[in-house]
Amino acid sequence: MDQPKKPLNRRGFLKGAALAAATTPAGVAQQVRVSAAANVTENAAPADPRITDRPGADFMVDVFKSLGFEYLFAMPGSSFAGIHESIINYGGNSAPEFITCCNEESSVAMANGYFKIEGKPAMACAHGTVGLQHASMAIYDSFCDRVPVYVILGNTLDAAHRGGEVSWVHSVQDAAAMVRDVTKWDDTPQSLQHFAESAVRAYGMMVTPPTMPVVLTVDTEMQESAIPAGEHPRIPKFTIPAPPQGETGAVNEAAKMLVAAENPVIVASRAARTPNGLKLIVELAETLQAGVVDQHRRVNFPSRHPLNQTLRAGVSGKPTTGAPVVEADVVLALESSDLYSTVRGAKQRNPSLKVISISSVDLNHKANYQDFMRFTDVDLSIAADAEATLPSLIEAVKRLVTSDRRRAFEARGTKLAQASRQAAEKARADAAYGWDASPISTARLSAELWAQIQKEDWSLLSDTFWIREWPLRLWNFDKHYQYIGGSGAEGVGYMAPATVGAALANKKHGRLSVAIQTDGDLMVANGVLWTAAHHRIPLLTLMHNNRAYHQEVMGIQGLANRHNRGIDRIHIGTKIDNPNIDYAKLAQSMGVRAEGPVSDPKELAAAIRRGIEVIKSGEPYLIDTVTQPR
Amino acid sequence: MRRLMMAAAIGGIGLLPVVAQNAGNAENGKKLFFQNGCYECHGTVGQGGTGPRLAPRPLAAAALTAYVRKPGGGMPPYSAKVMSDAEVADIRAYLATVPEPPKEIPLLKP
Repeated sequence: MDQPKKPLNRRGFLKGAALAAATTPAGVAQQVRVSAAANVTENAAPADPRITDRPGADFMVDVFKSLGFEYLFAMPGSSFAGIHESIINYGGNSAPEFITCCNEESSVAMANGYFKIEGKPAMACAHGTVGLQHASMAIYDSFCDRVPVYVILGNTLDAAHRGGEVSWVHSVQDAAAMVRDVTKWDDTPQSLQHFAESAVRAYGMMVTPPTMPVVLTVDTEMQESAIPAGEHPRIPKFTIPAPPQGETGAVNEAAKMLVAAENPVIVASRAARTPNGLKLIVELAETLQAGVVDQHRRVNFPSRHPLNQTLRAGVSGKPTTGAPVVEADVVLALESSDLYSTVRGAKQRNPSLKVISISSVDLNHKANYQDFMRFTDVDLSIAADAEATLPSLIEAVKRLVTSDRRRAFEARGTKLAQASRQAAEKARADAAYGWDASPISTARLSAELWAQIQKEDWSLLSDTFWIREWPLRLWNFDKHYQYIGGSGAEGVGYMAPATVGAALANKKHGRLSVAIQTDGDLMVANGVLWTAAHHRIPLLTLMHNNRAYHQEVMGIQGLANRHNRGIDRIHIGTKIDNPNIDYAKLAQSMGVRAEGPVSDPKELAAAIRRGIEVIKSGEPYLIDTVTQPR
Repeated sequence: MRRLMMAAAIGGIGLLPVVAQNAGNAENGKKLFFQNGCYECHGTVGQGGTGPRLAPRPLAAAALTAYVRKPGGGMPPYSAKVMSDAEVADIRAYLATVPEPPKEIPLLKP
């Protein structure tokens, strides 16, 4: 055990090291081989290894910095206190910055929302036991939604070093076991060198399609104790793996089928991982003059592009059997979340329908959780990342297009553009019904918000399924960051934290973050309002306050009727009223400026104006709008 | 989709029992519309929601009653035990009182 002859002034040293780390460009930081913490070889620890100015967690922070993390989302917990302390002191609370959360489920969901905007993963820390138990639903959401989240769990592995009762009940043999079915990879490192290698490996695996969460379980002792004497753990070189592309022969075959098709349709679910994915889908669609149905797990295709046939498909962000797919002779499914439901109607109508699937999820199925959906007959299956495969598919298509086919494509494109225009007109006409109703119609709510943000650089961060997809029907989405889709596993309690995490990502870009927040979801995770206020995260939240778990209202209502019992008791367990929740006061109690309830649609415009003014000053704002059920 | 199913159901009404053509009581119909949870899927003024739009210009009484008894899509059936023909007629009367939407809404211009 090293014994320092003259203890180093740790804070002074750390300040310099932290500043150096914080100002190092990410690309350079990735090349760091030996950490600043590990380099303090002259600084020995006293007999108690926990009395040290170079704890193992300092090295861990160097590793995190080398990976370029911007944020760490966590509710504090003793089992990862070593990492916590090193981040805020040694690491200077910058890259990663500690974002204080009020529940581990919210921590992971915030990291999820952050990724969907920034395209870069964030960290979430939790106890290996009671923290992970909270976090598990959000990890499952991220798994189903193919979102990478870097989860660090604290755990005390050595029973001889556990303290009293609390330490024991917070310890576990295999912490990650609980979420192993819904993560891509995990490890429990046994040394700092092991930690560094697994940390870098985990990052690479997490961001390689199919992108998914990973877990590292980090021993409390290893975090808090001195870096063992003589050890010089090295940070491995970090390289992001190239995503898997489709096999050339299969891609050429897909191109042949698409060019020969009379009515090909592209169905995109989680296809555009990045803004470039959106551009590529546009290029493919325009080359073929093929219709596109966007299932809205991401922004895959501009909503007002003439080839966008989504409104004709029934609008839903969920898989659809609507008109464009039913009329198709070839369906190209890109990262489909539910291929069976997508093509079922089309196959019934046209048994000779050809289905091409490009999906990275085919490379990494697990067995227990059933997110892989019902088996689907596919004519050509390409197990690869759709976005990475599109450039070669586009090239192959271009090579095959003859002048005859081009003329046919142009005629098809003209018809599709007309159908798209008609569908948009119908959506606007439909929105007029119930316009002056109170509670406020979800169409009016969406239109009033759109009127005031459309000239801004805006970003809608809430799932529109609960409001009949009105924003997707009425607004002009043409940028990847303008919508992040839903939760993935339909877990209630995702939306509120994900919107705050996503708004945090938007903050540095100066974007106007808005959300139409369901009431039941906010009640699961309303602590994020405090997080938004505390970290000054600008986000305009309009409540979709229908005072019910409305999906379940309909479910119980359906059952009661089928059982011929009437519906006079269906409010039991489904309504969120008596008393009504005052969401404005709830928000205000946590430091968020707010107003409401607003149930007269004529008052909405002024309220939204006030909200935008506040969020432009850099703070969150909430308007409690009382709305129609859907 | 639900609209299609509703149309299909209407197509088959010749086979169903004749329903009294009751003009209905709109005031009672509004009460029933809420009591029976119709608004949960169709909106408080029948503008549509998870279920299709019902107002203004609701279906004819016979067609509406036939559909309520044997609905399509995800709608649960309302038997005569739960909702009488007269009550359906009252609900229809309420839906018929819903005004047409405004013709010119600036916020809905392209």
